[in-house]
Amino acid sequence: MEKEVATFTVKKGLAQMLKGGVIMDVVTPEHARIAEDAGAVAVMALERVPADIRAQGGVARMSDPELILKIMDTVSIPVMAKCRIGHFVEAQILEAIGVDYIDESEVLTPADEAHHINKHLFKVPFVCGCRNLGEALRRIGEGAAMIRTKGEAGTGDVVEAVRHARAVLGEIRRLQTMAEEEVMAYSKEIGAPYEIVMETRSLGRMPVVNFAAGGIATPADAALMMQLGVDGVFVGSGIFKSGDPARRAAAIVKATTHFNDPYILAEVSRNLGEPMVGRQVSSIPEPELLAGRGW
Amino acid sequence: MRLGVLALQGDFIEHIAILNRLGVEAVEVRLPGQLEGLEGIIIPGGESTTIGKLAVDFQLLEPLRNFGKEKAIWGTCAGAIFLSKDAHRNQPLLDLMDIKVERNAFGRQVESFEADLTVPALKGVSAEDKPFHAIFIRAPLISAVGKGVEVLAKLEDGEIVAAQQERLLATSFHPELTKDDRFHRYFLKLADAKE
Repeated sequence: MEKEVATFTVKKGLAQMLKGGVIMDVVTPEHARIAEDAGAVAVMALERVPADIRAQGGVARMSDPELILKIMDTVSIPVMAKCRIGHFVEAQILEAIGVDYIDESEVLTPADEAHHINKHLFKVPFVCGCRNLGEALRRIGEGAAMIRTKGEAGTGDVVEAVRHARAVLGEIRRLQTMAEEEVMAYSKEIGAPYEIVMETRSLGRMPVVNFAAGGIATPADAALMMQLGVDGVFVGSGIFKSGDPARRAAAIVKATTHFNDPYILAEVSRNLGEPMVGRQVSSIPEPELLAGRGW
Repeated sequence: MRLGVLALQGDFIEHIAILNRLGVEAVEVRLPGQLEGLEGIIIPGGESTTIGKLAVDFQLLEPLRNFGKEKAIWGTCAGAIFLSKDAHRNQPLLDLMDIKVERNAFGRQVESFEADLTVPALKGVSAEDKPFHAIFIRAPLISAVGKGVEVLAKLEDGEIVAAQQERLLATSFHPELTKDDRFHRYFLKLADAKE
């Protein structure tokens, strides 16, 4: 009866437990408490929400471990934290303080412009962003135990989240219609490991949980992503940049559960106060877009 | 036989897939009316605070309590917490099973683990006498059981991880994440038993 820890099964298993749920960005222990009370399945502890990172500029790095530890002390649900793409030492620090999941995130300033972290080397599981199937399966090849489509963080504009979810899910549908001998050339084309492409083809879905992120600001946005076929949602700036965070957070949780019931969606969408102001993705100059980070 | 799987949040699809493979009709339950005509319900893994809150918000607490007085309920991990009378913390519970649970008893995610369990009760559903490979994810422990509760499985150090009280079943691990369907078949027998 040896106990085996840090297997891929338990890494991806935690993400399976988060399905049908909402993971919320929080910057203080008070936010974390509001998120937990609203029904969040996990919180993402960070110093600035993406909308502020976008507004303030500068280099965005891993948060102060002290802040993350305070948030871990405050809530009973899993706590995630972000490290920079390729910054494996930030990841080592986050593992050392005991976070439940690491997000190797394009929202922070990349530390390596060619390589991501070798996530197989860690006991703590990783979630990574993607814009398409090739990017998702490369991350899984590196050891990611959960995927989120990127969207465009900090905008409150859901258009990129939709684009990326449609890209990934549409590519999986196409993959399933391919003849087996076509899969090697397709793997080469999308730059993804052949074995994981084959596994995805036979499962009819990615071999790990797939959430949507980046621009989700309303209960209807969350339900839209769920109806498109993702397993759950991340909400970043959309909650704590809105007029009434507690109310909006609870409404987005309910909408994610009842994503197929327009009557409940109508009910939970009422009187939520001001949504985050938001910024249309099409008005943002190319160099300021975050989703292009990731290789 | 029709069974339900509480689909407020968590890995309910994994449970439904196993039930369907066993030839059982399984329905997702999100609202009280959907409990009608079911012989039993599974409460999946997930976050127990989220499941509890949504159960309160959508008026499922009382209907589930009444359901559990007559019919079979199985809770895996978060579901086991939700079934209990005491989770050492102020959160909504069904208050049905006379067990005390300790949430995240093994620590944070890096302490999540897999282990083989000896479960004598499974001999009732399968002739093969092999251990059950159990997956524990930020798992709770059953720290105490009341008089009418039978302990079904323990870890090597004696910690209780599966228990049964008449037609109520609690496991702190996730049989739905494995290919081994013996616990699901065990629950089918509970759901099928006539009072």
